[in-house]
Amino acid sequence: MPTAAIVRRPNRPRRPESAGPAQELLGEGALLTQSPAIRSAADPAPAVDVKAARLAYRGELLFDDLDLALPAGRTTCLLGPSGVGKSSLLRLIAGLAEGARGHVGDTAGAAVQGRIAYMAQDDLLLPWATVLGNVMLGPRLRGEPADAQTRARAMELLARVGLAASAAARPDRLSGGMRQRAALARTLMEQRPIVLMDEPFSSLDAITRYELQNMAAGLLAGRTVLLVTHDPLEALRLGHRILVMAGRPARLDQALEPAGIPPRDPSDPDLLAHQAELLKHLARAHAGSAERGGAAP
Amino acid sequence: MKLLRPLVIFLGLILLWQLLVWVSGAPPYILPGPARVALALAERWRELIGHAGVTLAEILLGLLLGGLLGMLSALVIAWFRPARLWLMPVLVASQAIPVFALAPILVLWLGYGMASKVAMATLIIYFPVTAAFFDGLRRTEPGWLDLARTMGGSPYRVLRHIRIPAALPALTSGLRVATAVAPIGAVVGEWVGSSAGLGYIMLQENARMRIDVVFAALLLLAVFAVMLYYAVDWALRRALPWQAEDDAERR
Repeated sequence: MPTAAIVRRPNRPRRPESAGPAQELLGEGALLTQSPAIRSAADPAPAVDVKAARLAYRGELLFDDLDLALPAGRTTCLLGPSGVGKSSLLRLIAGLAEGARGHVGDTAGAAVQGRIAYMAQDDLLLPWATVLGNVMLGPRLRGEPADAQTRARAMELLARVGLAASAAARPDRLSGGMRQRAALARTLMEQRPIVLMDEPFSSLDAITRYELQNMAAGLLAGRTVLLVTHDPLEALRLGHRILVMAGRPARLDQALEPAGIPPRDPSDPDLLAHQAELLKHLARAHAGSAERGGAAP
Repeated sequence: MKLLRPLVIFLGLILLWQLLVWVSGAPPYILPGPARVALALAERWRELIGHAGVTLAEILLGLLLGGLLGMLSALVIAWFRPARLWLMPVLVASQAIPVFALAPILVLWLGYGMASKVAMATLIIYFPVTAAFFDGLRRTEPGWLDLARTMGGSPYRVLRHIRIPAALPALTSGLRVATAVAPIGAVVGEWVGSSAGLGYIMLQENARMRIDVVFAALLLLAVFAVMLYYAVDWALRRALPWQAEDDAERR
């Protein structure tokens, strides 16, 4: 994976000078994957296979007999209109979806439970714990000793996301972007090879989102990532592979594989062309599902 | 302004009281004026404050016992499903019995001393604390529980590190209610049968038509109850600083 990080450099867009502290650490981004604290867990990132996924909600089939493959060490973006079942599919992989069925495993057929880190739209920071306490939540919940090594790793991760100075602060002192960065550090603390992200940046303003996308792409490189989003630009910036989920019951189609290595420059003409294409596709899917939901039998 | 407002309210109430005495022309053995009550308070200060101390001790012990028992019960019914299914209906049904109706029995069983009053206060506090804390334990933010599940947290550690802290704000509102009602339990207990406490003084002096002393005792009780409430409120706010700021925002 280090190669990915190195090649990424020329791709990174020029940034305005005034964009805040987060920008500075993006400069270190190329080295991030080398750090022992950031490198993914001991076992290498597996590919994930979802087979025959099915979810009925209030008597309606959201999806049925759905297959999804997440290539190893790559970021797959799942794009689609809201309510189509993207999050449910992600939760199924995370083992959180109640009522959903389907087989989830790596290509060798082994279960993925215990190899997954989860990040939601809401940062889910515990308001009573400090930022450092939140980052160390996983080890604490598993009863691992909170020794100096664990603390050092958590502190290093906080430094990577630019929150070293806020380690002792409570989350209510942080801005939305800082909170989501703390959540990112907590996700990385888990050292899991598979990362599932459910619209993690959608509540942020455009600039903050842009910064966090760059940061996340750097820090998550080399892991098998599923990123659910409704933003085509985000998918195009971060995804090695983009899938559109649409219809009812939903289907997955058009596996778009944009050239270049994430995070891609948003001013790249190719990316913009793809964005227009994706938007049209989404609009068609949206119209299609509206039709089907309306008059059709 | 922060200090001025309660002062104005206090003086306003005194004035209203005095006005009521003048307008109604009630004799002092029915409705004594503020001056008489102040005099009674000054004359009998040592005696009254001693009895107030007894009542306060009963209230505090009741709060401690009722609070602890309530928290423990809430934890047990939140943790063991069978306990919830079997105990919850019993708990709710028990609230159909007015605690005041139990006062004579408690005095019969536990005697004229402090124990029966502490038991009264405990009983009256127990349910609000249990209900509030249990409710808090049941309503943990589902996102936190999802996160804990993907992290592989054991149920006990999730309870300890997420569900209990998340339920503390609910518990504190239960404890505030408890602090407000605890004096009722103690004083009712004293009315039914006692040899000390503000309730005892009120009963004795009522029989002697010393209504000014009854009012003085009442005043002391009110002051103590308000002070206790604010002390508990302050302590709870300090204990849960993240919650205090949420409250401030809502105001």
